[in-house]
Amino acid sequence: MNRRTLLAGLTALAPMTVAGRVWAAPKADARLLVVFLRGAYDAVNIVAPVGADFYHQSRPILGLAKPGEAPNATLALEGDWGLHPALHDTLYLLWQRKELAFIPFAGTDDLTRSHFETQDTIEMGQPVQGSRSYNSGFMGRLAGVLTQSRPIAFTDQLPLIFHGKSGDAEARHAGIPNTGIASVGKPAVDDRQVQLILSMYKGNSLEQAVREGFQVRDDVYRSVAEEMTAANRGAASPRGFELSARRIGKLMREQYNLGFVDIGGWDTHVNQGSATGYLADRIGELGRGLAGFAEEIGPDTWRNTAVVVISEFGRTFRENGDRGTDHGHGSVYWAMGGAIRGGRMAGPQVKIEQATLFQNRDLPVLTDYRAMFGGLLQKLYGLSAAQLQTVFPQAAPQDLALV
Amino acid sequence: MKTRHTLTVLAALVSVAAAPVPPAELALFNHVTWGATDSGLAQMRAMGTERWLQWQLHPTPKDTLPPAAQAQIDAMAISHRPLTQLVTDLQARQKAANQMADPAEKQVAQKSYQEAMNDTARQAAARDILRDLYSPAQLQERMTWFWFNHFNVHQYKSDIRPMLGDYIDTAIRPHVLGKFRDLVMATLQHPAMLRYLDNAASDAAHVNENEARELMELHTMGVGSGYTQQDVQELARILTGVGIDTNAQNPNLPLRLLPQLIRNGLFEYNPGRHDFHDKTFLGHVIAGRGFEEVQEAVDILCHEPATAQHIALQLATYFMDDAPPAPLVDQMAAAFTRSDGDIASVMNVLVHAPGFATAQKFKDPVRYVLSAVRLAYDQHVILNTQPIQGWLNRLAEGLYNHETPDGYSLISTAWTGPGQLATRFEVARQIGFGSAGLFRPPVAGSTDQPGFPTLENALFFSTTRAELTPPTRTALDQAMSPQEWNMLFLSSPDFMY
Repeated sequence: MNRRTLLAGLTALAPMTVAGRVWAAPKADARLLVVFLRGAYDAVNIVAPVGADFYHQSRPILGLAKPGEAPNATLALEGDWGLHPALHDTLYLLWQRKELAFIPFAGTDDLTRSHFETQDTIEMGQPVQGSRSYNSGFMGRLAGVLTQSRPIAFTDQLPLIFHGKSGDAEARHAGIPNTGIASVGKPAVDDRQVQLILSMYKGNSLEQAVREGFQVRDDVYRSVAEEMTAANRGAASPRGFELSARRIGKLMREQYNLGFVDIGGWDTHVNQGSATGYLADRIGELGRGLAGFAEEIGPDTWRNTAVVVISEFGRTFRENGDRGTDHGHGSVYWAMGGAIRGGRMAGPQVKIEQATLFQNRDLPVLTDYRAMFGGLLQKLYGLSAAQLQTVFPQAAPQDLALV
Repeated sequence: MKTRHTLTVLAALVSVAAAPVPPAELALFNHVTWGATDSGLAQMRAMGTERWLQWQLHPTPKDTLPPAAQAQIDAMAISHRPLTQLVTDLQARQKAANQMADPAEKQVAQKSYQEAMNDTARQAAARDILRDLYSPAQLQERMTWFWFNHFNVHQYKSDIRPMLGDYIDTAIRPHVLGKFRDLVMATLQHPAMLRYLDNAASDAAHVNENEARELMELHTMGVGSGYTQQDVQELARILTGVGIDTNAQNPNLPLRLLPQLIRNGLFEYNPGRHDFHDKTFLGHVIAGRGFEEVQEAVDILCHEPATAQHIALQLATYFMDDAPPAPLVDQMAAAFTRSDGDIASVMNVLVHAPGFATAQKFKDPVRYVLSAVRLAYDQHVILNTQPIQGWLNRLAEGLYNHETPDGYSLISTAWTGPGQLATRFEVARQIGFGSAGLFRPPVAGSTDQPGFPTLENALFFSTTRAELTPPTRTALDQAMSPQEWNMLFLSSPDFMY
């Protein structure tokens, strides 16, 4: 049997078996992609409270202009808020289509201001107080409670968020696949060798994982090969995160419904720029990536899709002496997708002035990430209270009407 | 142990390898070392298993590397430049780069600074890999990986990269089979750990709990072993003032505190940053008096029954089984307590435990790659470790590359994910198909020296072949080239444990 017939045979299997789980037709169900901006992005220079005088006093060099007040000013959102101009052609269109919401004053109750510590906190999704298990991430637990999940991490290592060793989630998720997505090479192990390797694992406890591994490998490569063909027809070939995000869009349209990806480079202590410059370039790339993701996943699937963008904490509300910002607390999270009720700022807000800053330096946290995700997941998947407790122990969901 | 004699005996006994190695001995060797080699097994068989085990548990400085490997290590900057110099030179370079006025020049300078930082980490990794592949004191090298992982630091945080070589050589490796307390004290005081867990930024006015928490949760007692958040806070106060100082000058201190100042390389205990109040830690009242508090607290931690249990469980999990038998863990913990935390005594119980050698522990990527290269090349010393560093990164277990303080998972299922297995087979192909860059010295313009992986070797014919499972044997028979045979052998379930 050559690989073509093998693959045909695999696709013909219905319901499909992956890692011992039985899947119903995955096309109809909701998609969730979590995007983690590692390094703490400077939220208030992307979703900027430009209507607040205190913002301009705090950021005389970095601050962005009110809509219409400068050639490269922010784009009007709601209330005091303006969006970074680098997102004009990408995410601002989603906002106007009411498919993008921002959740200001969002974050955690972890006060360490340590990147590692707070990233871990979020990924684990466990109460900060008490002993926490590094073997259990909240998306891993989510994959465990969803009977139709096809999870995947688009990362080189399996991230903490997808560790899944808690209660019954452990049994079901012995292995969530991960695959680096930025550089996908042509697999060197050829079809005949794949067959020989599979033959060695017949009856072995790893047989299913080996089989699925080759399939993930082929899925990813096939997607990428198609994209190369498309580029040959004259399309500009995307780079960086946009390339990754478009690949993820294709894979989540066809194969996977629960995804995670992370992007670094947000720790802007020095010379971060303003309407242009370093951070503007990074955010522009992110915007092109997410818009590309929406395009690739296709209008039908996008209707059932939620993308949530998070970061470990915000940065100091005031700019520092190095034209940058330091570790802070509250951030602004994003939720987008056809499944999202967007075009609005979601969750509780407070007027931004010196008196309302947390420890006189940062945005306060008014929406806890666990409560926000809890509310969103409850609506998106119809999770029971017990299932939500498995995903986020000891956290009450907060309905921000995102779905 | 008379290693010189052993090696002489070894040379005379190479031909013995053609005789079958009893499977139990092969299995034991595999569990203690970074993987079977013809020469290593011949050495064990010449010495006798028990003598060999005792030697592994008590290595001596005489256990030297082959000259071709040692020469590579001797040529490294990290081998002859002290830590303080490495770190302060790089700091000066960073400062100079940051002060450049011209943005383009600044960018070039910053890039070259980063490259220099990376280079120090690559050297440390190359040295570790050469030792892992060729040191006769194999258990010492496996323990070095284990304890680094236990006292994990992440290379890309701050300026840890130039500290790695020294961290391994002074804080970890000398103590890996010695007293656990020495290991705790040495890692706790090393700049790499102080930077990684932020204790260098902790003082009486701004206490950072990071190091205190991990010291209890990961390094000693283990999570959920009965200590409280209050204990963490008290330990954090005890640790205030323990930090790093890269300045040659002493900090400004009141005269009365000056005698308490401790400096050793980059390490500094600064009494001016210490919280001198009394503390209550794990039920003990610790009189506020300075650095002695740290030693007292570490003593308390090392004598906690939870610590003995935690360390025993970690060792048994790594070397033997995801879920080691509870009675064995108890015996190991008892040995820990009886011997005042002597790691060799704990390991002595483990390596003699019934079922140790025959345990089926799925190889994590480090053990997988190293065992493949050892088997393929034995004492034919590779000239470039970069391909190995690359494979480990690709397999998501790169050296010094785990971001969080918990280290890489010791549990097999962390490495058996579908995507991970597919990548492993790709790596198997690279190792099996040729020298893969291992014999091209890492200098510009160099060319490949001869080298081919010989996995269908004397050990295979004498022993391994008879032990293969039928599906593997059938698949190997269908190989169309020695390269493909190698790839299939390295991909077989038989080689994964």
